[in-house]
Amino acid sequence: MAFDYDKWIRPGKLPHIWCPGCGHGIVMKGLIRAIDTLKLEKENTAIVSGIGCASRLPGYMDCCTLHTAHGRAAAFATGVKMAKPEMNVILVGGDGDGTAIGGNHFIHACRRNIDMTYIIMNNYIYGMTGGQFSPATPTGHKASTTPYGNPDPNFDIAKLAIGAGATFVARGTAFHANQIDKLIAEAIQHKGFSVVEILDDCPTTYGRRNKYKSVIEMMNRLKEVAVPVKAAEKMTAEQLQGKVLTGVLYKEEKPHYTEEYAKVIERAQAAK
Amino acid sequence: MEKKLPKIEIIEKYCKGCHICVEFCPTKVLEMQGFVAGVKNLEACIKCMQCELRCPDFAIKVITD
Repeated sequence: MAFDYDKWIRPGKLPHIWCPGCGHGIVMKGLIRAIDTLKLEKENTAIVSGIGCASRLPGYMDCCTLHTAHGRAAAFATGVKMAKPEMNVILVGGDGDGTAIGGNHFIHACRRNIDMTYIIMNNYIYGMTGGQFSPATPTGHKASTTPYGNPDPNFDIAKLAIGAGATFVARGTAFHANQIDKLIAEAIQHKGFSVVEILDDCPTTYGRRNKYKSVIEMMNRLKEVAVPVKAAEKMTAEQLQGKVLTGVLYKEEKPHYTEEYAKVIERAQAAK
Repeated sequence: MEKKLPKIEIIEKYCKGCHICVEFCPTKVLEMQGFVAGVKNLEACIKCMQCELRCPDFAIKVITD
């Protein structure tokens, strides 16, 4: 039976603003399937975003949503989680919003291990603002602000999250649509800060400048570079050259922030 | 036994003509009909749901009951 996405979409909001072939819609569908399988309640689910193409996502969702300042999704979401620790807080955003403008908020949310899920749609570019290069733009690739190629090395967002202290880190791609909901569902269930990086395509501002003839070519590239973690174990370093690992990359159980903060309140009240 | 065919519903108002469903259908059921996607060969459908899963625009529903 066809999946009923409509029950999680605000009536009258479709069609969305994303360009033809943009993977954000695929990720949104994955998110809807994930929250539907986990049977989350609309009143108890908050989706928070900053600014950008990917950050338009909460506008279409029929649950508690916050569309905040550029890069500040993690800060606002922390506020929501601290005020209502029982809420399922999900952050969505792009690579520019999450790792450049909001890079500081991102790493410190990871460090705190606050129980939230951050879905980063990595399309290697600032799409909405006109195709400027982001920290995720690969070296040598073109953007509107680097017409002769980007000299900067790029962030590996998953490694950044692991290094900063996130306790669940996974990666998927927009091509592997079937996997997205499973990764997101596992991330939401994880107690602690979980990061799901979804490699995405931006045909309009990234693809055109980097000689991708079509959306299909971009999708095929995602298909080619992705290697599941288990398959990668049997591969040599040479074979893994230029590939990106997908699946659950890191998982660890650690005390999470709201729990620890409740203990601080207890201690402070007992000391009175 | 006669094969039960699914119903592929394409919401033309939502379709942006990105070609993803047409290109990644393993049995080539779909085709572009002008600007939007359309069903060409429903008999070939194996109900893998790939088009519904990958459509970024919420435009395809494969109803199998």
